[in-house]
Amino acid sequence: MPKTYEPIATNTLGSNTTTITFSTISGAYTDLVLVCQIQKSTATGTYLQMRFNSDTGSNYSTTFLSGNGTSAISWRDSNRTDINLDYYAAPQNNSWTIRNISINNYSNTTTYKTVLNRANDASQGTDAGVHLWRSTAAISTITLTMPSNDFITGSTFTLYGIKAA
Amino acid sequence: MANTYTAIATVTVGSGGAANIEFTSIPATYTDLLLKVSVRNTASALDRNMPITFNSSSTGYSERLLYGNGSSALSINRASSDLGYLYTNAANSTSNTFNNFELYIPNYAGSNYKSTSADYVLENNATAATTGLHAGLWSNSAAITSITISADGFSLVQYSTATLYGIKNS
Repeated sequence: MPKTYEPIATNTLGSNTTTITFSTISGAYTDLVLVCQIQKSTATGTYLQMRFNSDTGSNYSTTFLSGNGTSAISWRDSNRTDINLDYYAAPQNNSWTIRNISINNYSNTTTYKTVLNRANDASQGTDAGVHLWRSTAAISTITLTMPSNDFITGSTFTLYGIKAA
Repeated sequence: MANTYTAIATVTVGSGGAANIEFTSIPATYTDLLLKVSVRNTASALDRNMPITFNSSSTGYSERLLYGNGSSALSINRASSDLGYLYTNAANSTSNTFNNFELYIPNYAGSNYKSTSADYVLENNATAATTGLHAGLWSNSAAITSITISADGFSLVQYSTATLYGIKNS
């Protein structure tokens, strides 16, 4: 039986870390799924940040639907220099938040790349985000950063590759 | 070659209906669990709660739900005895419509409290169709060894089905 849902790399932190990088991502899959369970070390900092291929240009955009248990909102932002992966479900220093991030057709060199993202924290809220990276380059590197803070020991990051056939 | 996305078990409800669907003796050999569900409830309503519990525990659950019904979006939260802000089509919903529900549980066998992520839809080509995004927490450090999907005092109808998948990160 061919393996169609394959772990490419996993990282369980042994110490506090600011940036996680998956590099040299093979183009052998159809789609990517990134699963994270994270907590930050202190209360400072804001959202979890993602970039592709180390691109720091204003090439990202975002649309969110978010709820915190009392309010529901939708908002968007264009020409960002990163993808912000959460709003109400931003990482906390006292609870574990989850990210399930789907990056479809990541290795084609014709189209811009879209991302579907779900962020959850039962103590804060739930977010559904769609994101766009305006680049036709194949995604070979994914960088996650916790600005002005760290991911704590025990945070987990796993990148899966999915094959259509 | 290791199989990294494995169907652990599937339950399909028979002609008599069922008060719940249970997955027991879940092995700790995977990294994450993914539960995919399609069920309908016999309650005389358009929809009904579909409470989920772990290890038969009735304590330590909290949740936040963001949902829309086609005309508005709302968000609610609570702490309770189950993850109960999850819904299924019920008897007054369009015939033959079942919900579509997914629950993801990372690091289910670890010693941290268990965070969950879920999505559901109750489409029925009529009003009272809803879709929800759910964040859950079971404040318990025990490994999850069983999952119960409840009919909330009613029954799950025939052909209701649920499959539990295990996902390995190596």
